Amino acid sequence: MTALKVENLAKTFALKKPLFGAAGPGVRAVRPMSFSVETGETLGVVGESGCGKSTLARMLVGLLEPSEGVIEIEGRALDTADPAAFGRLIQYVFQDPQSSLNPRKTIRQVVESPLRRLYRMSASDREKRIGEIFASVNLREDFLDRYPHEFSGGQAQRIGIARALAADPRIIILDEPVSALDVSVQAQVLNLLADLKAQFGLTYLFITHDLAVVEAVSDRIVVLYFGAVVEIGKAEKIFSAPRHPYTRLLAESAPKVGRALEAPEQKDTELPDPLNPPPGCAFAGRCPRATALCREKDPPLEQMGEDQFAACHHPLDT
Amino acid sequence: MIAFLKLLFRNRLAAAGALVLTAIVLVVLLTPVLPLQNPDATATADRFQKPFSQGHLLGTDHLGRDLLSRLLHGTRLSLAVGVAAALIAATIGSAIGIVAGYFGGRIDNVIMRGVDMLMAFPYILLALAIVAALGPGLMNALIAVAAVNVPFFARNIRGVTVGLAGREFIDAARLAGMGHSRIILTELLPNVLPVIIIAMSTTVGWMILETAGLSFLGLGSQPPQADLGSMLGEARSALISHPHTSVVPGLMIFLIVMSINLLGDGVRDALDPRLKSGALSRPRATTLVDRKGDIPERTDDLLAIQELETEFRVGRRTYRAVGGVTLSVRPGECLGVIGESGSGKSVTALSVMGLVASPPGVIAGGAVRFQGEDLVGAPYETLRQKRGDRVAYIFQDPLSTLHPLYRVGRQLAEAIQSHHRISDRQARDRAIGLLRDVRIPNPESRIDNYPHEMSGGMRQRVGIAMALANEPDVIIADEPTTALDVTVQAQILSLLQDLRRDRGLAIIFITHDFGVVGQLCDRLAVMYAGRIVEEGPTDDVLESPAHPYTARLIACVPELGGGRRELAAIPGLPPVVDDLPPGCAFAPRCDKAQAACRQGVIPLEGQDTRAVRCLYPETDLSGKEVAR
Repeated sequence: MTALKVENLAKTFALKKPLFGAAGPGVRAVRPMSFSVETGETLGVVGESGCGKSTLARMLVGLLEPSEGVIEIEGRALDTADPAAFGRLIQYVFQDPQSSLNPRKTIRQVVESPLRRLYRMSASDREKRIGEIFASVNLREDFLDRYPHEFSGGQAQRIGIARALAADPRIIILDEPVSALDVSVQAQVLNLLADLKAQFGLTYLFITHDLAVVEAVSDRIVVLYFGAVVEIGKAEKIFSAPRHPYTRLLAESAPKVGRALEAPEQKDTELPDPLNPPPGCAFAGRCPRATALCREKDPPLEQMGEDQFAACHHPLDT
Repeated sequence: MIAFLKLLFRNRLAAAGALVLTAIVLVVLLTPVLPLQNPDATATADRFQKPFSQGHLLGTDHLGRDLLSRLLHGTRLSLAVGVAAALIAATIGSAIGIVAGYFGGRIDNVIMRGVDMLMAFPYILLALAIVAALGPGLMNALIAVAAVNVPFFARNIRGVTVGLAGREFIDAARLAGMGHSRIILTELLPNVLPVIIIAMSTTVGWMILETAGLSFLGLGSQPPQADLGSMLGEARSALISHPHTSVVPGLMIFLIVMSINLLGDGVRDALDPRLKSGALSRPRATTLVDRKGDIPERTDDLLAIQELETEFRVGRRTYRAVGGVTLSVRPGECLGVIGESGSGKSVTALSVMGLVASPPGVIAGGAVRFQGEDLVGAPYETLRQKRGDRVAYIFQDPLSTLHPLYRVGRQLAEAIQSHHRISDRQARDRAIGLLRDVRIPNPESRIDNYPHEMSGGMRQRVGIAMALANEPDVIIADEPTTALDVTVQAQILSLLQDLRRDRGLAIIFITHDFGVVGQLCDRLAVMYAGRIVEEGPTDDVLESPAHPYTARLIACVPELGGGRRELAAIPGLPPVVDDLPPGCAFAPRCDKAQAACRQGVIPLEGQDTRAVRCLYPETDLSGKEVAR
């Protein structure tokens, strides 16, 4: 079954209207994109800063209203940007665990608010439910009456996960959930997430910039560049046999023990300017395979191989 | 609360202010029950009695009324009006500010432009206009003073709210199903409250003065009612002939406003998290040195860190961030220092040039030798000459290390000119050359950019160019690529590699990323809880780690191409360095730990280039597996 389906979802941030003349066309943070996530699947989303991954995540949970497109959760379209309506179906785990917890509220108040607001549970039901949730994220219940600053990053992130679980959602968006954590703690949280998924039958959308992490936890991976999907494929194949040159660049840039140090890209390129997007493929300026066609026409996302899709006029051979 | 009061009273001026104010408030509260004369009873025969005269401790005024009684009643009224005005202004102003800051956009624009209009009038004119419209009287003066101060609170609180409204916990509250009013009341207000209190404590005094000013002009309290302003106003005509009638209320106003302001400043300093963390105590130019024990002998290395101990002394606690670290680099060598947050790797790096903030940082032992010369305890001028010239730093976040208001060329030139006397023209040419060296395209035009006009990768290149500016012998790079995207990281790393090859630079590279270390560094030191637990040639350490911590940390890091898998984790947390367990700091998290691991000092031992601080290492240092 399809847990989450996104069709032509796009977000354009309007520019401020100047004193004279009309406002510009706006910044296209997310260009129309479509994909779907099956129930129980983990879809990884990778891309570099500015590729639109956080904007996408915020639209999916209703914190931002899409400019166009439809979000469907378990076959039902959600058309309002009302976090409370989204809250019972889809929840969000934030990147910075400390700043996602109100410093002046106890952990109990933080975890209990979805139960109160979304489910209107009675006090005794809440107590029971919080006990269950805390047991499943391996936190002691005596943490409940403490304040966020008393916790380490890994513990705070588990509290953030507990809060997301409290809403009993079908889907959890994990926005760089381990980037702020040390490696020894990172693995604890990733393994916990895997256990919770099996236990509660959750569906994950895992957003990160760390290729090794996303490969380790995902079933399928979406690669974003400049607000658009450039490649979708199976996690085990996408970096070893990429079809899009950008995916290959990413894979070759990841630091790896035993590989000689050389910049995979010698040209001193910068990301395209979002205010003044280039015509055609956004990656053409950095791409060794780019031709005149790439600079004119934006390549559509096409099926290449069994379950791999890439948006490229001149895809790499496998 | 007790901690707050302690912090508050450590500030002597604030304590004095609190004392004076408490005394005044107590006396004023007791005024109705004190055996005082009627403040409004006139006795023209006794007018202008001197202080300390019979029956009138402070003398009498122009109508023969008892000054002491009028003073206390007047102070009571003035304080009440001032505090009431402050409360009203704070409530209305904060409400406006929170609403404007939370909703933003059009609502913010309309509200704040209205507030701006209110601010455009000179305050006394506005107050006069309000009183003129409502008629004179203490209540109307109170309304006027409150209204005049609303914009101050509105603007202050809006600024704080805008910052808070973008924080993730507000998004989280929306996802938890909270509505706008609930978010404002339960999420924003508790976080804004300290700011409101700070703003109030610094404005109450001002409002008392404003009320007194209006009363002085005859627009506030009406005769015969006494308040401090009207007392001054009535005494004005006798200022020369009978000064005590003006001095008495004047002194009281001075005492009240002064004590409130001193206390208010103290409250602000104690509540403001930035000031609390010591931003007010300016750090010294070099780290304090308080060495006990012997100073290690000099070596032949280019840069040698020997038995270095750096502590943070906060109150009664001592955090031993670096507990006896020995490291060295030779020319052209790259040494990797790897560790998790809190392992002391950055503090080690900053200690080299005495850059650890003091207070609270103290170098408590060991030496740092550059070409044999001990830099710990060296005079500031020696350190200043070497900083950036012989030993340069590259930091993690180039956005916070570059000055936002100067063009990058200016900053580069400054780095050169602080060590070499060359003309501006030459410095600029050199800066362009440096930008070209770090492969910034089009350096002639890029040199006039401000930092915010560059991407993260470009800014880090400027940071590297600045480190290279004086052709140093050693570069200490503290997580220089952590904030960058992988494709940019790859470019920066290969740039550092080339520079090292071409110029014979020695690099100390601090990171938490094994992949980066494996590609760039010749040797590797692993730090845990302020100590080196293992060191050796990079490939050897990564292939056959000897310390259980190194082995398990490597296992935690997923590597690209490994496929979907369960990741190894290390249970527990790194220890806090103010209370380290005896023996091995890793023992509580180690599954091989024995009783012997938890006592005594475990030395860093090994042969040749490899060493490990472990009683039961994973591999013995000749490279064979040890039987487990």
